[in-house]
Amino acid sequence: MKEQLEQIRQKTLAALNEAANSADLDALRVKVLGKKGELTALLKQMGGLSPEERPVMGQLANSVRAALEAKLEEKNAELQAAAMDLRLKAEAIDVTIPGTPVRTGSKHPMNKALDEVKDIFVGMGFSIVDGPEVELSDYNFTKLNTEEGHPARDRSDTFYLTDDDSVLLRTQTSPMQIRVMEKTKPPIRIIAPGRVYRKDEVDATHSPMFHQIEGLVVDKGVTMTDLKGTLENFAKQLYGEDAVIRFRPHHFPFTEPSCEVDVQCFECHGAGCRTCKGEGWIELLGAGMVHPKVLRGCGIDPEEYSGFAFGIGLERAAMRRFCIPDMRLVYENDMRFLSQF
Amino acid sequence: MDLSRKWLSEFVDISATDKEYADVMTLAGQKVETVTRMDAEIRNVVVGKVLSMVRHENSDHMWVCQVNVGDGEPVQIVTGAQNVSEGDLVPVAKHKSTLPGGVHIEKGKLRGVESYGMLCSFGELGLTQNDLPDAYADGIWILNDEACKIGQDINEVIGNDDSIVEFEITNNRPDCYSLIGLARETAAAFNVPMKHHTPEVKGGANGDLAELLDVSVPASDLCLRYTARMVRNVKIAPSPKWMRQRLRSAGIRPINNIVDITNYVMVEYGQPMHAFDYRYVHGGKIVVRRAEKGETLTTLDGEVRNLTENMLVIADDEKAVGLAGIMGGENSEIVADTADVVFESANFNGTSIRQTALSLGMRTDASAKFEKNIDPMLTYEAVNRACELVEMLGAGEVLDGVIDVLNYVPETVKLPLEVEKINALLGTSISREDMVDYLRRMEVPVEDGMVIVPSWRPDLRCMADLAEEVGRLYGFNNIETTPLRGTTTQGGYTESQKLEAAIGAEARSLGYSEIITYSFVSPSGYDLVRLPADSPLRKCIRIQNPLGEDTSVMRTIPLPSMLEILGRNYALKNKDVKFYEMCKVYLPVDGQTLPNEPKRFMLGTYGAKADFFSLKGEVDALLRCLRVKPVTYRALTDNPSYHPGRCAALEIDGKQYGVIGQIHPLVAKNFGLDTEVYVAELDFTELCKVLQPEATFHAIPRFPSVSRDLAVVCAEEITVGDLERCITSAAGELLKAVNLFDIYRGVPIPAGQKSVAFNLELRADDRTLKDEDTDGVMKKVLAKLKEEYNAVIR
Repeated sequence: MKEQLEQIRQKTLAALNEAANSADLDALRVKVLGKKGELTALLKQMGGLSPEERPVMGQLANSVRAALEAKLEEKNAELQAAAMDLRLKAEAIDVTIPGTPVRTGSKHPMNKALDEVKDIFVGMGFSIVDGPEVELSDYNFTKLNTEEGHPARDRSDTFYLTDDDSVLLRTQTSPMQIRVMEKTKPPIRIIAPGRVYRKDEVDATHSPMFHQIEGLVVDKGVTMTDLKGTLENFAKQLYGEDAVIRFRPHHFPFTEPSCEVDVQCFECHGAGCRTCKGEGWIELLGAGMVHPKVLRGCGIDPEEYSGFAFGIGLERAAMRRFCIPDMRLVYENDMRFLSQF
Repeated sequence: MDLSRKWLSEFVDISATDKEYADVMTLAGQKVETVTRMDAEIRNVVVGKVLSMVRHENSDHMWVCQVNVGDGEPVQIVTGAQNVSEGDLVPVAKHKSTLPGGVHIEKGKLRGVESYGMLCSFGELGLTQNDLPDAYADGIWILNDEACKIGQDINEVIGNDDSIVEFEITNNRPDCYSLIGLARETAAAFNVPMKHHTPEVKGGANGDLAELLDVSVPASDLCLRYTARMVRNVKIAPSPKWMRQRLRSAGIRPINNIVDITNYVMVEYGQPMHAFDYRYVHGGKIVVRRAEKGETLTTLDGEVRNLTENMLVIADDEKAVGLAGIMGGENSEIVADTADVVFESANFNGTSIRQTALSLGMRTDASAKFEKNIDPMLTYEAVNRACELVEMLGAGEVLDGVIDVLNYVPETVKLPLEVEKINALLGTSISREDMVDYLRRMEVPVEDGMVIVPSWRPDLRCMADLAEEVGRLYGFNNIETTPLRGTTTQGGYTESQKLEAAIGAEARSLGYSEIITYSFVSPSGYDLVRLPADSPLRKCIRIQNPLGEDTSVMRTIPLPSMLEILGRNYALKNKDVKFYEMCKVYLPVDGQTLPNEPKRFMLGTYGAKADFFSLKGEVDALLRCLRVKPVTYRALTDNPSYHPGRCAALEIDGKQYGVIGQIHPLVAKNFGLDTEVYVAELDFTELCKVLQPEATFHAIPRFPSVSRDLAVVCAEEITVGDLERCITSAAGELLKAVNLFDIYRGVPIPAGQKSVAFNLELRADDRTLKDEDTDGVMKKVLAKLKEEYNAVIR
């Protein structure tokens, strides 16, 4: 009987190796280990053994069964893995075939640049305000310390909406300084982006409608060092930590002292090239300390409060940022242009 | 303002390179735009001496010359010019030389004879007869009378060894439109002394000025000061070379000694001057008055000018002889036989000059200076400088005396030097001594703590003005940089700003690209979108002085702009276009000076996938993202811009918030679009007022839902919306969703009817529904459908 057991074991192991799939394995299991299988049949003959032999043989038979079952299981796993491999291989795809297109739209480059600027100032505790584009001459000029007869007031420069020139299309976002100061008590920290209008014919660098971003800070003890710190922070966030900027005296009727802020040319790093028209610097924005006359005109005591203001030309900044060579592209709204951003 | 560094050196000694000079001046507040070397265009052209000339063997007019150009062996040059003789000094463009206009000269063969360069005329060197009144124009420029030597760079002979610095002058600094003004700024920036010059006039000509000339200024409001002197026995001639060269460096064409002197003084002092031929100043009277109605004047350029009553003229007792501050009259022009000259040095109102120049379209060097409102104190010294130059040039005899009409009282402005306030504004701690020194460098004296503002600095009127002066010489870049201090402010985006960003982002995710269109449009746009003639939206704000009709009114609707851009893209053959724009419209309101400027949000699309229901689904997505209250769509058949059968009003609580639909084919055609165009217009500002509260959590259903399909047959005119509303109201609260899934027309459905199929999702929150629950709901639904729309189950 011992030999028979060994024989079954040997035979089954040999058959196991031959099995090609799990069906073969199942058949083998039934044939050997099933209710009517060879091993079961052999065990049934155990009744004819002596009481001494029985436990020994029983133990032996069980160990053969256990060994075969384990082998069967092992082989089964092996075969399944092989089958899975086969299936995955068959399912392989050409991953270089293009993905199913999902068309998304794009933000206009002007607003893309504007949103960047907004985020920077919001991060510095500024709020964003909006105001009228059809504006009173008073707000656009007079309250901004721009005298009667100033060239900017000419009909050749400014679009007027009334015969008496009292209503116009704002030529700058600066009237928002006045509107905010008249309504809000300091501390004030705002930016006011928006459309502005000047009577310029359309060409590569001009458009009768363009965008500015006005900024205004009014508080006790604001100095030019705050102006410098704020604008330097802005420039570095916009153009990178290693951006070099400089402050250059300039003139605006509604700030005093006034300055312009230049950023060193990214192309030539100050040596002078085509991008910066040989100057080594690119004009970024205009700024200054709010003129005491302007503060007073808005009911803010310049002896108690001071402030600074700045104005950024969005088109120039955005065109530089996205290397757009011609402003006409910006307002043509050609799909082939817009989809690049 | 262009500045010659050679001319500048007469007033200030500095050794800075052009680049250094530009940097220092820019940072001190006078921004340099460009620096141009005058010799940049001419390279490798020298003075040569013609040693010998022989006839060209193959030509009867060419000469083969041997020319000494100063470097050993003479060079052979072939020329066709006939005015050259042996021994002449001439300009020689050598092999590999450059001439103005980008002309390159190389050696070559002329009819078989080698030529190593070219002899030049003055024209080829960029000069004109005005620059060289004595030179022969139609041949080679003979240099025998010029102070030059063989081999010398021709640029030195021409006076091109100079750099022209172009400054951007801000309009608070009219004094810097002059050489002296910029010299003063240079001296201050470099902290070097400035060399001043006070004109000295000998005078002594025969005659009495008071008898010869009478000046009256009836238009005293437009002429602050009128100063005049006279010169007799004038000998009109070209001005000397040094003066011609300086005028050329300032971009001014030399004319004759008298005219050149007036221009020279204008460059130096920034004070425009004029010279009249005394013969033609009738009655010896000069009257500064407004032009009379219908008066004309022929100006020096030969143009007849029609004058109006707000223009200022210089007249004699009969007629106008000059357009004040802009251009003289032809009738009193300095000519070859002019004997007596009146020099005018006046101060005219800048705005008046500018407006006259503008309306006549004749902006001149003089008017450009006057329009900046120059210092009235200049006139006196300027007229004396002109007379001094007359004597220096021997151009005539100056009459004693000066006529000087003053229409204002000069007042010296004094300001306290508030050291602490200046430091507080700048954030600096500059000492009083340093501040006084900075101001001194700018020739602004401080006496007993008071700043004495010079007449040429009308921009210094308060503490902040002085702070700027101190700051710019201290150096703006030397002022500390500190993070923004002060009260903390919250900042951030407002609710509507966040919504604006959200709707844009949603539109982009749906494939729409953003456009930006002009706020001003053509009034014809209203016709193109077939807006009714009596529509209140046609009442719009008109620009009084538009660039053109196309941009002449402020838009009250954004539709024409969107269609124009779609049309442009269609013409460009861009396929499947989807655009959005968030923009303002400008709506005039009775009794309000300024219009309302609400924001509109638009979608516009054409292309293979564009249809009404895609757009409607997208609009629903946008509205979901805004969280507006539930919207209903009502068929709109009378909006003339839209297809009468494919247009809907978007309503919330019975009020319209937008329109969506296919653009009327006639309207589309008006914009060059012969395809289906779909547009949605949303009243963004108003929609922001009908928002639902922020979404909060609802328990996820614990019990399963039951799905039931329902197909009913009804008359064609019953809308899906009608049926949905009916189903919803009949089903009660167990109905969680009703979704249309099919509409069928045709056999076996009778004509004029359709079958509409819905899927109903039913669910209770507290139990699993039983068949009798759902059957009950379906029964009620069917009954109501039958009752209201005679719709029966299929």
